[in-house]
Amino acid sequence: MSLSPPPFSVVSARKLGLTFETNDGPVHALSNVDLEVRKGDFVSFIGPSGCGKTTFLRVIADLEKATAGEITVNGMTPEEARKSRSYGYVFQAPALYPWRTIEKNIALPLEIMGYSAAERRSRIERTLDLVNLSGFGKKYPWQLSGGMQQRASIARALAFDADLLLMDEPFGALDEIVRDHLNEQLLKLWARTEKTICFVTHSIPEAVYLSTKIVVMSPRPGRVTDVIESTLPAERPLEIRETPEFLEIAQRVREGLRAGHSYEEQ
Amino acid sequence: MKPDTLTQRILPVVTILLVIVAVWYVAAVFMNAPFQRDLDRRANIATSKPVDFIERTLSQPKPVLPAPHQVVSNVFENTFLRRVTSNRSLVYHAWVTLSSTVAGFTFGTVLGILIAVGIVHVKALDRSLMPWIIASQTVPILAIAPMVIVVLAAVNITGLIPKALISTYLSFFPVAVGMVKGLRSPELIQLDLMRTYHASAAQTFWKLRVPASIPFLFTSMKVAIAASLVGAIVGEMPTGAVAGIGRKLLDGSYYSQTIDLFAALIAASVLAAALVTIVGLAAKIVDRAMGGRPA
Ligand SMILES: Nc1ncnc2c1ncn2[C@@H]1O[C@H](COP(=O)(O)OP(=O)(O)OP(=O)(O)O)[C@@H](O)[C@H]1O
Ligand SMILES: [Mg+2]
Repeated sequence: MSLSPPPFSVVSARKLGLTFETNDGPVHALSNVDLEVRKGDFVSFIGPSGCGKTTFLRVIADLEKATAGEITVNGMTPEEARKSRSYGYVFQAPALYPWRTIEKNIALPLEIMGYSAAERRSRIERTLDLVNLSGFGKKYPWQLSGGMQQRASIARALAFDADLLLMDEPFGALDEIVRDHLNEQLLKLWARTEKTICFVTHSIPEAVYLSTKIVVMSPRPGRVTDVIESTLPAERPLEIRETPEFLEIAQRVREGLRAGHSYEEQ
Repeated sequence: MKPDTLTQRILPVVTILLVIVAVWYVAAVFMNAPFQRDLDRRANIATSKPVDFIERTLSQPKPVLPAPHQVVSNVFENTFLRRVTSNRSLVYHAWVTLSSTVAGFTFGTVLGILIAVGIVHVKALDRSLMPWIIASQTVPILAIAPMVIVVLAAVNITGLIPKALISTYLSFFPVAVGMVKGLRSPELIQLDLMRTYHASAAQTFWKLRVPASIPFLFTSMKVAIAASLVGAIVGEMPTGAVAGIGRKLLDGSYYSQTIDLFAALIAASVLAAALVTIVGLAAKIVDRAMGGRPA
């Protein structure tokens, strides 16, 4: 018996398509994408380069317009969702403003959205703590390592009240050890904040470790080839990656990628 | 000061300076010698030691090419030994030029920034204004300066304003071009970020475009201040100017007072160097305040 409310759809895509008109002819970045992301989900998008992962995230964020099909974000059009500030976006690069200190960078969305000075201060402190960067608020971006900068950019996306977090390969440029550590932290953060997360990655272990749902994509045209619901428990120590259950899911992802002929075509 | 500053930076500069001075002396002797021989013949100094002759070529009152020490002593005298209100004081003339330089530079910078903001935000301006701005700089300043001075004098505007206008004309251009580049310098990802926050155009302007353009502004201001000085000096040359470095240069060439001419030239160079240095310093201070990484 469960007392939780019925799962609410955060992102819902129906036959979604996006074609870029380029000088070399049309590029079908997305075609026929059907997807349902429920409240509280941690959804990973995995697939080879050019399969439209970034494009899909950008459509959700209203940074790109779909050319076919339908999509709703929090029950609204992406544009309405963006205008009501429903999501935080973490780009592949930290994209911190170099002339602002870390805390001023985190304050940027808060300033724009009109939070009071006192509110800004308490939120900065809280999010810095959330990403383990307390004490680094007064530093400038160049004084931080790449991993710390990426964490700062996550803090910036967490600072305001959006319950959807869109992350495009946030740890792509980091080494394995830092990445493991950040993955662990991200899971804790997700559990603590109860956000819905859409997460793009190239790494099978990362996708399996983090997600409640794994979306396998393949290119030309970019499409969804498999959606895998994870059977792993919510509590996930790093060691879970050696369990048979984990390896089984990883195997299924790998097969999904192969089925899309994604690696043979490269 | 780092220990190797002396050998790495000062030594090369001093070496070149010494070479220039040496070449200058030799040139002065050769260029002044014909006239000195003429003088000597008339004064019936038939034979003299070469050393004495050379000394005389380097101490003529109106030499073809004044010797470095003549120029230095002239600059020293007219800078430190005269009341600053005196018409002979270089400080006085430099001040006159400086005031219209700074006024013109200020107008030019403000105008340049306004034009850049317009160009970046209004598509129509981008296409209509830019060609005119570029065309404006192909008209030689030497042709425009007298026109401006004469036309404004006809409506009784004289003194600082016409000169400052010429400085403005020269200085707005680098600022406008630099600021257009600066305001457009934010990367796509930085702009996308603003979009995800649903930031207004004004917020994007003040929180992203303006801070991103500051380094570009200072770089173009360095060019603009030097151009302003040129504009002020050129503006003092055509007619009517009673004071200023341009006036001194003109007097020097009218009356063959070559030493004065060179002294004015030195004053102009010192002024230019000082102004560019001040803008450079301001750039450094602002950069540091904006979290610039120490080089
Ligand atoms: N602005 C654009 N104009 C034209 N084509 C584009 C544009 N953005 C993306 N594409 C094309 O759309 C396809 C999908 O690109 P996308 O960036 O979504 O891939 P991705 O899955 O994120 O790849 P990666 O893993 O390398 O980041 C690619 O073929 C790409 O060339
Ligand atoms: Mg991508």
